[in-house]
Amino acid sequence: MMKTTAMSVSMRNDALGDAVRAYALEAKYEFLRVLRTPAFAIPSLLFPPLFYLLFGVLLNHGNSAAAHYLFATYSVFGVMAPGLFGFGVAVATERERGLLALKRVAPMPPGAYLAAKMVMAMAFAAIIYFMLAIMAASLCDVRLALAQWLGLGLIAISGVLPFCALGLVIGSRANAAASPAIVNFIYLPMAFLSGLWMPLSMLPKFIGDIAVLWPPYHLAQLALAAMGREHAGSATMHVAFLVAFTAICFALAKRWLARAT
Amino acid sequence: MGDAVENVAQLSAAVKRYGSTLALAGVDLGVRRGEILALLGPNGAGKTTAISLLLGLLRADSGEACLFGMDPALRVARQRTGVMLQNTSLPDTLRVGELIDLFRSYYARPRTVADIIALSGVGDLLDRRYAQLSGGQQRRTQFALAICGCAELLFLDEPTTGLDIEARETMWRAIRRLVDEGCAVVLTTHYLEEAEALADRVVMIAKGRIVAAGSVSDMRARVASRRVRCVSTLAPDAIAGWPDVRSVARDGERMDIVTDKAEAVVLRLLQEDAALKELEVVRAGLADAFVEITREAA
Repeated sequence: MMKTTAMSVSMRNDALGDAVRAYALEAKYEFLRVLRTPAFAIPSLLFPPLFYLLFGVLLNHGNSAAAHYLFATYSVFGVMAPGLFGFGVAVATERERGLLALKRVAPMPPGAYLAAKMVMAMAFAAIIYFMLAIMAASLCDVRLALAQWLGLGLIAISGVLPFCALGLVIGSRANAAASPAIVNFIYLPMAFLSGLWMPLSMLPKFIGDIAVLWPPYHLAQLALAAMGREHAGSATMHVAFLVAFTAICFALAKRWLARAT
Repeated sequence: MGDAVENVAQLSAAVKRYGSTLALAGVDLGVRRGEILALLGPNGAGKTTAISLLLGLLRADSGEACLFGMDPALRVARQRTGVMLQNTSLPDTLRVGELIDLFRSYYARPRTVADIIALSGVGDLLDRRYAQLSGGQQRRTQFALAICGCAELLFLDEPTTGLDIEARETMWRAIRRLVDEGCAVVLTTHYLEEAEALADRVVMIAKGRIVAAGSVSDMRARVASRRVRCVSTLAPDAIAGWPDVRSVARDGERMDIVTDKAEAVVLRLLQEDAALKELEVVRAGLADAFVEITREAA
């Protein structure tokens, strides 16, 4: 009896070790794949800082409140990209090329594929946030306490997840060639309508009224709150919205992907 | 019950529709332990749909698919299989050795790398990126990934498309060795000689139904006709009028006669043309059988 228990425990540990190994390798090779595709990696890392430099830094002269606001919202804008593109475009491509079907029957541990891509998107988000933070501190005189820098970073990095989920919805349906256009068509208007490029108070009132529909709006309010700046709504409501949005997108994508192959 | 134990994979009355198209119209198909089963059929006949049901990629609208007596969607069942799908492209920037490393991690009991290399012949490709490989090398790599586990059942969907003769024979040898180890293989192919060379059993599918099943020689026996080939000066039109001659084709001075009574035709040929040369009589190949059987089914 003792022996069988010990054996089943060790078997369970082996199985756990195998799964951990498969997850780790999936992440490693996803990283290598992206690293070896500089045409994807470099633009997606440089686009947000460049955008911030042009519209958040150069066009904004010496207004400290605006500088802080734009740092928060451009951090959100920056971390949307790796989630939306990493999932929207990559999943559409790999689905269309039959790789997803092969891995599903291969038999890859369920979840390893998405987990690897999520880790990648979070790593990209961390790099983008780091670049923006250095620019904000050096060029825009943004001054925050260490806890605020870290808190904002945490929001930026975990804030990738709703956009991973939205990207996955796109990737589970769109054809590969059209997916970058579809992602941009969602990414850029949504950023604008959520007040990431300029405060909602400067935009027509109806845009502000419907802003609560968009996930970047909620993430931006959380970012502003973490910096101790003026923000709308309660943090709990924003988090609840983002969690619910992520869950619905994942559930929808799961259904569509099951049918896709 | 005996069937369920013997068969490593089983479709029972499987029906699958895509919109208004009936892809599989109630198919019963069992794969026995250690056999090579060739699925033949024209494009769109339902071969890939049948495989997708057995792999759990698709669900049957009605009927049932079983893998090792389990639901094919279960990972434990698929752990015991290896798969080479049609139209798969692997990540361009990963190296062959890295892909093997990754796919081995999916299996609880992976095959050794040395063994994978020996069977698939990718030893000289390990450091190459997938995008740099020729079509045939990519196919070999996909075969290598299919055998990363110690599979009891391999699904090979058009495995040798794009391979040169040497690479094809390497793969055939590997398939035979895996079968010697007790592995069953389900093979779909366009190359009838591949089915003839490898298969223990052939199942022909047309329009979503099984139209014939049996050994390669059973299939051939279903076709009564034989081919009589010779070099002759006789007019093909005249021969076409002889009793029991189905068709006559002429290619230069060579004649190709399809007949149900080869002996009678040969006798008359020799009587009418004393200068007749290079006479041969061949039994119908799988190709002839296939054409015939699918015509009957249509």
